[in-house]
Amino acid sequence: MKKKTMSKNFRSKLITFGIVIAAYLIMQILIGTGNVSSLLKGLLVPLCIYAILAVSLNLTVGILGELSLGHAGFMCVGAFTSAFFSCCVKESGMPPALRFFLAILIGALSAGVFGILIGIPVLRLKGDYLAIVTLAFGEIIKNLVNILYVGRDENGFHVSFTNSLSLNLSDQGQVIINGAQGITGTPSDSNFTVGVLLLLVTLFIVLNLIHSRDGRAIMSIRDNTIAAESVGINVTKYKILAFAVSAALAGVAGVLYAHNLSVLSATSKNFGYNMSIMILVFVVLGGIGSTRGALVASVLLTLLPELLRGLNDYRMLIYAVVLILMMLFNWAPRCIEWREKIMHRIKGRGKETKEADV
Amino acid sequence: MALLEVKDLGISFGGLRAVDDFNLEVEKGCLYGLIGPNGAGKTTVFNLLTGVYKPGEGIIRLDGKDITGHKTIEINQAGIARTFQNIRLFKELSVIDNVKVGLHNHNGYSTLTGILRLPKYYRVERQMEEEAMKLLQVFGLDGEAQTLASNLPYGKQRKLEIARALATKPKLLLLDEPAAGMNPNETQELMDTIRFVRKSFDMTILLIEHDMKLVSGICEKLTVLNFGRVLSQGETGEVLSDPEVIKAYLGE
Amino acid sequence: MSFLQYLISGISLGSVYALIALGYTMVYGIAKMLNFAHGDVIMVGAFTTYTVCSTMGLPPLLGVLAAVVLCTLLGMLIEKVAYKPLRKASSPLAVLITAIGVSYLLQNVALLIFGGNAKSFTSVLSVGSLKLFDGQLLITGETIVTILVCLVIIVVLMLFINKTKAGQAMLAVSEDKGAAQLMGINVNATIALTFAIGSALAAVAGVLLCSAYPTLTPYTGSMPGIKAFVAAVFGGIGSIPGAFIGGILLGIIEIFGKAYISSQMADTIVFAVLIIVLLFKPTGLLGKNIQEKV
Repeated sequence: MKKKTMSKNFRSKLITFGIVIAAYLIMQILIGTGNVSSLLKGLLVPLCIYAILAVSLNLTVGILGELSLGHAGFMCVGAFTSAFFSCCVKESGMPPALRFFLAILIGALSAGVFGILIGIPVLRLKGDYLAIVTLAFGEIIKNLVNILYVGRDENGFHVSFTNSLSLNLSDQGQVIINGAQGITGTPSDSNFTVGVLLLLVTLFIVLNLIHSRDGRAIMSIRDNTIAAESVGINVTKYKILAFAVSAALAGVAGVLYAHNLSVLSATSKNFGYNMSIMILVFVVLGGIGSTRGALVASVLLTLLPELLRGLNDYRMLIYAVVLILMMLFNWAPRCIEWREKIMHRIKGRGKETKEADV
Repeated sequence: MALLEVKDLGISFGGLRAVDDFNLEVEKGCLYGLIGPNGAGKTTVFNLLTGVYKPGEGIIRLDGKDITGHKTIEINQAGIARTFQNIRLFKELSVIDNVKVGLHNHNGYSTLTGILRLPKYYRVERQMEEEAMKLLQVFGLDGEAQTLASNLPYGKQRKLEIARALATKPKLLLLDEPAAGMNPNETQELMDTIRFVRKSFDMTILLIEHDMKLVSGICEKLTVLNFGRVLSQGETGEVLSDPEVIKAYLGE
Repeated sequence: MSFLQYLISGISLGSVYALIALGYTMVYGIAKMLNFAHGDVIMVGAFTTYTVCSTMGLPPLLGVLAAVVLCTLLGMLIEKVAYKPLRKASSPLAVLITAIGVSYLLQNVALLIFGGNAKSFTSVLSVGSLKLFDGQLLITGETIVTILVCLVIIVVLMLFINKTKAGQAMLAVSEDKGAAQLMGINVNATIALTFAIGSALAAVAGVLLCSAYPTLTPYTGSMPGIKAFVAAVFGGIGSIPGAFIGGILLGIIEIFGKAYISSQMADTIVFAVLIIVLLFKPTGLLGKNIQEKV
C-alpha cells in the first residue's frame, strides 16, 4: 500500500516532466529541420514564461485556495530587479552564464521578498477582498516602476521619482531605469532551452512542495482553516510560505521576460491586472489545483490566438467564445452530468462488447 | 491535581451571557461528559477551551499550565485536541493525509529538505506513514487510506476526525457530539472505540453528547449545562437522577 | 477656490463610479459573483449612444434611451447564457473566469464593429455651465447633470428596494436563496432583474462618463470598471449605500491626487487608500462582518 502511494505521486510527476521534455525535443527537431515559422519561434520563450506563471499562480489559487489578481506585479519586480542587475554588471566582464544565474536568483529573491511584505497584511483578508487588494498591489507596483528613475555615475547610484534630470548625474553618468521608458539594453540571455530548464525547476519546486509536509499543511488550510488551527498548523506561516514561493517563481518568469527583450518597460499589457487575469484563466481552465492542467492550459491558450492568426480580426473574438464555452463545458453542473452520462454509456458499451468477446 | 482545571469561566456575545461562572475539573484518565439541552453553551465551552473564542473572564489550566487566552495552535501544542460538531475534515485530502496533517508538529523537516528531497525527507515521511497507518488501523480506516476524506461515509468521517485529533498526541481529547447522526449500531461501535482509545492511548476525554445512552454507558463524571450555567456536576449516576437535571431535560 | 473646483470634479467623477459600483454591488449581493464584464457594458452603452446620436444624428434623449434598453437586454442575456449555468458550479472561480471571457467578447465585438481608433464622443448634454464667484468657479453642465442624475438614481433605487415587492424579493434572495425560494420568490427572475437594473445603470454611467471624458474605444469601460469595483469593495461590497459612498470618495481621492500630488500617481493613490482602508476595516466601510460559526 505504502509503496503504491509513493510511486503514484512519483509517476504523476514523471509524466509532467516527460510532457515538458518531449515537447522541448519535438520543438528542437522541428526547428532543426526548418519547420517552425519565425512567429512560433518568437513564441517559445513567452510560452515558458506563461507556463511558469501559471504553475506558480496555481500554488496560491489552487493549493492555498486564495484568489490573487496581482501575480503580474511579482513578475514585474523580478523583471526589473534582474534587468537592473544585468545592466549594471554587463560591462564588468562577468561571464554571461554566471551573470544570468545571479540575475535569476536576484529576480526570484526580490519578488519573494515582495510576496512576504505584501502577504503579511494581505492574507488577513478573505476571498474577494483579498483579490481586489492583490490587484491593487500589482497596479501600484506597475505604476511605481513607471515613475522610477535610477542612474549611476562615479559617485554611485541616484534614485528619483520625478524625472531623469533630477538624478543629477555627472557627465559620465548613465540612466539605467528611465521612468516610463524603463530599462534599455538588457542582455538577451533568455532562450528556449533556458526557459524550459527554468520551467522544469519551477515544476520541481512546486510539485515537491505540494507533496511534502508543508504542502499538506497548505492544503489543510485551504480545506478547513479552523480545523487546521485545531491540529496545530501555523496558518499565517504557511499562507506566507505559499504566497512567497508563488511570488518568487513569478519573479523567475519576470527574469526570463526581461532578458528576452532589449527594451523593458512596465505597461498595462505586460504587468497590469490584465496579465494577472490571463494567468488566472490558465489556472482555472487547467482545473484549479492541477499543476499539469495549469501547464497545458497555459500553452494551449497562448498558442490558440496565434494559430488563429489567419483569421485576423476574428481571432480574439473566437478566443473569447472558446473561453466561455470551455468554462461552461468544464464547470457547469448540467454539462458535467451530461458528460458523465455519455462517458457511462461509452464505458457500458465497452463492457458489453468485452463480455461478448469472452 | 486535575489535568484540566477551569475556574469561573465566562463569555458574553453582545448582551447574551453564553457561558457564566463555569467551573470544571477533569482528572487524568477520566472520561468526562458535558451535557445539556440545545443552546446551553456546550460547544461554546469547547471553543473557549481551544482558543477559538477568548474568555471574557476565568482561568483555564492544563496540567498546571495557564493556557487562558492562548491561540488555538498554542493550545493544541500544549496538549488539547478536538473534533467538531459539524465535521471539519480536510475534504480534498486523502484519509491518510488528514492524519498526517495531525502528525505535522511531531515529525519535522524543513521546507528546503522537502523540496530538495533530502534523505531526511524520505526517513520522516516513512515514519509518518507508519504512524498514520497505525492510527487508521485503530479506527478500521486503514483500508481506505487513499480515499478522499469527502468520499467517506458519515460515520467513518467522524472516526477520521478523532484519529486526526489523536495524531497531534494530546493529553486531553475533546469530542463534540461524536455520535451525532449515527444509527444505534454505529453508536455502539463508537462507544467501543472511545473506550479503546482511552485505554490504549491512556487518554483523558471530555465529550459533549446528546445521546443519553452513550453518556450513561461510558462517562464516569458529568457536568450538566443549562443557559450557560452549571446545573449539576458529579458522578454520572448521581447527576442523572438529580431532579433539576430531569426537569431541565423533560421540561416542567 | 481651486479646492472647491477639484472637490466638485471629484464628486462628479465619483458619481459615475458610484453608478457603476451600484451595478457591481447589486450583482455581488444577489449572485455572489464579481461581474468582470460590467465595465464593458458601460462601453456598450456609450457606443450605442454614439451610434444613435453621432452617426444617425438622432436626438440625444433617444440615444440615451437606446443605450439603456440595449444594455438592459444585454445584461439579462449575459446572465442567462453565461452565468446562470454556472451558478451551482463547484468553484466560485468558474463564473469569474466566464465573466472575464464575456468581457473579452464584448471588447472584441466592439473592436470589430467600431475599430480600435478612439472615437470622439459628443456630449449629449446641452446644459450650460454655471459660473459662480465672479467666474472663479466654473461648473460645467456635464458635472451638474452627472451629480443630479446620480442622486436621483440612488434615491429611486433605495425606494425601489425598500418599498416595492420586487425590491424586497431582491433583498431576500441576497440574504438566503433557499429560504427565499421557499417563501415563493422566483429566484431566477429576481436575479435576472438585478442584472437588468445593474446594466441599465451601467449604460447611464457610460453616457455620463463619455460626456465628461469624450474619448471612446472598445477598452473605455475597463479601467472605470476596475475603479468602480474598487469603490464597491471600499464601501463594503453588497451594500448599496456603501457603493455610493465608496464611489464618491474614490472620485474625490482620484481628482485630489491628480491635482495636488501627481497625475501619474492618481491611480496609485486610489489603490493605496483602498488597501489601507481594508487593512483596518477588512470588509469595507459599510460591509457586514460575517464570522464563521464553529
